[in-house]
Amino acid sequence: MKFLVCISKAPDTTTKIAFTDNNTKFNNDKVVFIVNPYDEWYALVRALELKEKLGGSVTVINVGAADTDAIIRKALAIGADDAVRIDAEPIDAMFVAKQIAEYVKANAYDIVFCGKETIDYNGSEVGGMIAGLLDWGYVSLASSLELNGSIATLNREIAGGHETVEVNIPFVLSAAKGMAEARIPNMRGIMAARTKPVAIVAAVASENYTSILSYELPKEKTGVKLVSADNVGELVSLLHNDAKVI
Amino acid sequence: MPVLVFAESANGTFKKSNFEAVSYGARVAALLNTETFVIDFENLSDDVLKSLGDYGATKVYRVTNDALKNFDAGLHAKVLNDVAQKLNATTVIFSFNYSGKAIAPVLAAKMNAGYVAGAIDIPVMEGSTMKIRKNVFSGKAIALYAIHSDNKIIALTPNTVAPEKTENKCSVENLEIAIKATDSKVKVKEVVKASGKITLSDADIVVSAGRGLKGPENWGMVEEMANILGAATACSRPVADIHWRPHEEHVGQTGLTVRPNLYIALGISGAIQHLAGVNGSKVIVVINKDPEAPFFKAADYGIVGDVFEVVPKLNEAFKRFKAGA
Ligand SMILES: Cc1cc2nc3c(=O)[nH]c(=O)nc-3n(C[C@H](O)[C@H](O)[C@H](O)COP(=O)(O)OP(=O)(O)OC[C@H]3O[C@@H](n4cnc5c(N)ncnc54)[C@H](O)[C@@H]3O)c2cc1C
Repeated sequence: MKFLVCISKAPDTTTKIAFTDNNTKFNNDKVVFIVNPYDEWYALVRALELKEKLGGSVTVINVGAADTDAIIRKALAIGADDAVRIDAEPIDAMFVAKQIAEYVKANAYDIVFCGKETIDYNGSEVGGMIAGLLDWGYVSLASSLELNGSIATLNREIAGGHETVEVNIPFVLSAAKGMAEARIPNMRGIMAARTKPVAIVAAVASENYTSILSYELPKEKTGVKLVSADNVGELVSLLHNDAKVI
Repeated sequence: MPVLVFAESANGTFKKSNFEAVSYGARVAALLNTETFVIDFENLSDDVLKSLGDYGATKVYRVTNDALKNFDAGLHAKVLNDVAQKLNATTVIFSFNYSGKAIAPVLAAKMNAGYVAGAIDIPVMEGSTMKIRKNVFSGKAIALYAIHSDNKIIALTPNTVAPEKTENKCSVENLEIAIKATDSKVKVKEVVKASGKITLSDADIVVSAGRGLKGPENWGMVEEMANILGAATACSRPVADIHWRPHEEHVGQTGLTVRPNLYIALGISGAIQHLAGVNGSKVIVVINKDPEAPFFKAADYGIVGDVFEVVPKLNEAFKRFKAGA
């Protein structure tokens, strides 16, 4: 089995979000970038577990400029065999999906893994777009994956529960919580990652679909109204009369 | 060139998020000077479908094909793409819910469309460019997006744009779309739903609890509060990680994002990753024994106190309120 895991660079979850250039650009000054948690904790680790069980290989792919090297090395340290970097600053989800779909067309893979969303643009887009471009099956928000020959069985989150689905390889999935437990790279992995191959591939041309014109921060709360623990009835009346939510 | 809205019911009846999407579609259609067509894949009755006219639908197209009873994002996207071509539609609206998140990106690829996932307001047109806001960085910021391509897809975040009622006559028509066996790739084998529980992702009220509850045996009072208020229950990440509560209840940056009208946090510190998943809530109530807990900064109302003393008293007060006393 050949597994391809899409990994994205994302700002660390504790990042204080700020903008520059008249609020048109994300201020990445002093920001620590990590592998997008859904890509790392769930997609990558499940691909590694399946490879360990069934054999094959795990390749990670990233669309990004040279500054994504650190997150690619992290994925290699966790256990991916090799990596591909499509050398371009990602413009939007469709741009990223087109790059990856083109790469997959030229290099046979059995399963393409994505995370359920990135924690920066929260779109849940790339996996579905890759599936649409390749005309492969797509299972979104998958919380488990088992393989039996060429047939995969997955659980997929739905409103108020989950459903079990079957799909033949090749297909694309987006991984949600439950699919695997995060792994911490060990010293041997970190050393090995330094010499694992990273192929740098030129990007293909793509149309301009969407762009971000500007950013703003949400309105701050005006301050908390405290109610005494001895007078919980006041909270009930505030929620009913002032906030009108009950 | 009409605006299409994909409306998936919950067990045969439409709910708020459907009305939001239809009403949103009607407002986008008004902007583009066109009609609002709703697409139904569930073979619902004329009466149920015509009710969408109250929210601005001018016509509902019913695609009746047994293959669509099986949820397959790729197949649904293929059929919607065919429908869009047949009806000459270039704009498609979804609700940013489980099925919208699954279908819309596949359709974007098939329609060669620019897609904004999780819009939070009505778009503005500037020439042929559509501008729309959406939340980014897990609710820590808002971005103004432009869609430049001719074909456009928008998925609307539930509970952000209230549906508007109109007096509209709406007709229903069947539409034949050919489906080949090879179009369907994903087969649903089993559907498991917790019965009688309120779904967290579209609950109006959420009662959430954290490590301050000390152990899973103490969730009785949390569930009681949820029952009294007709709320869904949620939890912080460590609570799900140590298996006090099921994973589906985990909210936050790496769990579910919720935007209820009321979010009540019991014994949760309010770490930045937790806030990221709940900061879109209209009203936040925090009960925590530590006055320095960061959650108070993000709250509208708070009680500094021990959950084991405050929550039982509050439950009694909620009960009295519900009983009309
Ligand atoms: C990459 C990353 C992603 C993360 N993603 C998420 C996420 O998606 N969601 C999430 O929730 N967390 C997430 N976290 C974890 C987050 O940082 C916090 O650790 C977590 O939210 C804390 O959970 P808690 O508030 O339940 O527990 P604690 O931090 O232990 O807080 C418990 C609170 O309960 C209060 N308390 C204790 N006893 C009582 C009592 N008797 N009465 C009243 N109050 C009491 C305490 O004062 C305290 O404020 C993430 C962390 C990382 C690093």
